[in-house]
Amino acid sequence: MDFSIASILALDGLTNGAIYALLALATVLVFAVTRVIFIPQGEFVAFGALTLALLQAGKVPGTVWFLLVLAGAVAVSDVWNGVRLQHGAGRIARTVLRTLAYPVAISLVAFWAAPRGLPLVAQALLTLALVTPFGTLIYRLAYESLADATVLVLLIVSVGVHFALVGLGLYFFGAEGFRNPSFWDARFSIGPVTLSGQTVIIFFASIALIIALWLFFERSLYGKALRATAVNRLGARLMGISTIGAGRLSFTMAAFIGALSGLLIGPTTTVFYDTGFLIGLKGFVAAVFAGLSSYPLALVGALGVGLLESFGSFWASAFKEVIVFSAILPVLLWRSLRDPHSEEH
Amino acid sequence: MKFKKTLVAMTILLAGSAMADVNVGVSIALTGPGSGLGIPMQNQFKLFPKTIAGEKINLIILDDATDPGKGVTNARRFLTEDKVDIIIGSCITATSAAMAPVIAEGKTVQLSAAPVGVPPGQDHWLFRLPQGFGVMAHPIIEHMVKSGVKTVGFLGYTDAYGELWLKELEARAAKAGIKVVAVERFARTDTSATPQALKLVSANPDAMLVVASGSGAAMPHKALIERGYKGKVYQTHAAATPDLVRIGGKDVEGAYVVSGPAVVAEQLPDSHPSKKASIDFVTKYEALMGAGQRNQFAGHAYDAAIVLEKVLPGALKKAKPGTPEFRAALRDGIETMGRTIFSHGVMNWTKDDHWGYTDETGVLMKVVGGKFVVEK
Repeated sequence: MDFSIASILALDGLTNGAIYALLALATVLVFAVTRVIFIPQGEFVAFGALTLALLQAGKVPGTVWFLLVLAGAVAVSDVWNGVRLQHGAGRIARTVLRTLAYPVAISLVAFWAAPRGLPLVAQALLTLALVTPFGTLIYRLAYESLADATVLVLLIVSVGVHFALVGLGLYFFGAEGFRNPSFWDARFSIGPVTLSGQTVIIFFASIALIIALWLFFERSLYGKALRATAVNRLGARLMGISTIGAGRLSFTMAAFIGALSGLLIGPTTTVFYDTGFLIGLKGFVAAVFAGLSSYPLALVGALGVGLLESFGSFWASAFKEVIVFSAILPVLLWRSLRDPHSEEH
Repeated sequence: MKFKKTLVAMTILLAGSAMADVNVGVSIALTGPGSGLGIPMQNQFKLFPKTIAGEKINLIILDDATDPGKGVTNARRFLTEDKVDIIIGSCITATSAAMAPVIAEGKTVQLSAAPVGVPPGQDHWLFRLPQGFGVMAHPIIEHMVKSGVKTVGFLGYTDAYGELWLKELEARAAKAGIKVVAVERFARTDTSATPQALKLVSANPDAMLVVASGSGAAMPHKALIERGYKGKVYQTHAAATPDLVRIGGKDVEGAYVVSGPAVVAEQLPDSHPSKKASIDFVTKYEALMGAGQRNQFAGHAYDAAIVLEKVLPGALKKAKPGTPEFRAALRDGIETMGRTIFSHGVMNWTKDDHWGYTDETGVLMKVVGGKFVVEK
């Protein structure tokens, strides 16, 4: 191995690492606020990339129908809750309307836009707008009524949601994969390394998102409310912060980050309906590195996972996955030595 | 009174002839993840001959739901209730493997549409319809020798598909005097094969073999080209789908892809023994299902009919359908039927080889202008 090979490997590792970083941030965010270990995080990646691929092909993606069905199911649960709590008809109608308005509107836009072959950027924005509401809807349907359950119960629900989403992905997108066109076709040569425009976009989008998250948590009232919920749910609730609203917001952000990652990764690799899981799992490894609580550490962990994967597949490609996932063991050891485990609920 | 008597007589006659029918049990995946393989087979069974050698053929088609347990239940039902003479299925390897011991115990022939890896000796009643890996490796190695390839690199899946190909490549390449200089692996879900491509390209072999399936075969191929590889790139039969070109675009241009003959019927050179059978299969199937619907597994169902047409007359001379002797005669007939032309290639099952395809089977194609063109 000489310098040129090492630099190509490093670039490849960092590019993948940047995607893992986004997913790790989303995992940390969701866990910190709701204590849900969100295994299906990676599914948003596949949903994002494949929804764009189908829009590119001029078809209405199955995700649109899924969005409508999910919104319908949540609306039914709204009605049920309203009747159970003896709300008035007007109030129930308003809740249902609030649940349905956005998904129906964006679905109509999708039906209108799909056959028209809009420019790539417009389709990418439409994809983000389509996949992001899945966060709230899935949270409301699967997790909200269990908000006070133990981490284990929430994890079990996550496994179920994961399998459901993978199965639906197969149904919507088929078994064969898609590769999206690149957002920026430029190529730059820096010594032995060729930097493609898409790589540059991945880096900039990741950095921008990380800075945006940092600003959100440090400067905005919503961000501070989320942080307060993360520190102490009961305390936050006593201070008038809606923990339910915090949960919905964090899931929406997670879905947005997942869909964005899908858009970023789509042009660099073939994405299948089940590709998301392994990408999400690597983001999860990075999040564990951060103890599921620290954003900067999650970023460092993700870049580490990317580099480990890239150099691992160069030296011993057959054992690459083993190397990456075994790396979690020393990290767990280090974490348990650093902050001894204490039961907290 | 006379009418009643006639009725009774007719019933007896009908029952008698029904007893003599040849019952064929078919257990394939019509639902579940494997249904994409089973449904084309079911379509082809609509074209299955109604009578062979003057005997009525009763097809009993059951769904195994891509579930090995269900497959075993189906096999038991075939053996105990339907008293079938031969069983076709399943199209899924795991299901076929689960059914095999049950069917063997019932001393009935199983024509598996999936490549089941039961060791030789334990597959006394089991015959496979799909091609094995060695048969498909043959045209690749032959082409490499012809075009002066001395060294080859391997970039394949970390799973059983990659493993079996590597074993065949190493064995056959050594015999042909070709050296395997680098072996790299990747997983189907990997997002990058750049590191593997770097290592392979730096070993600079004359040719590369990429072992992957469908659209998944494009990513490693593109990685090789992006790293500046200029030699020949070969792909296996799992990659012989339009998805390779759809995803790979101009990067897979000039690649060599091996395939079974059934799906490229029209393009086969006239010298290919399967040309007639393949064209017959494709025309009839696409007349029923629509143009462009040809499919590997429908071809297996077509070939199953060829087997029955060849061995039934002989077996009927030895015993009556529905008896153990008849089932044994069928088995012996299949084992000794000799060189037989299938739509999928040339089959020659023998006592020691229940895979059976000969090296005349595989066809090498080249990607030219986004289309597969048979390489002559």
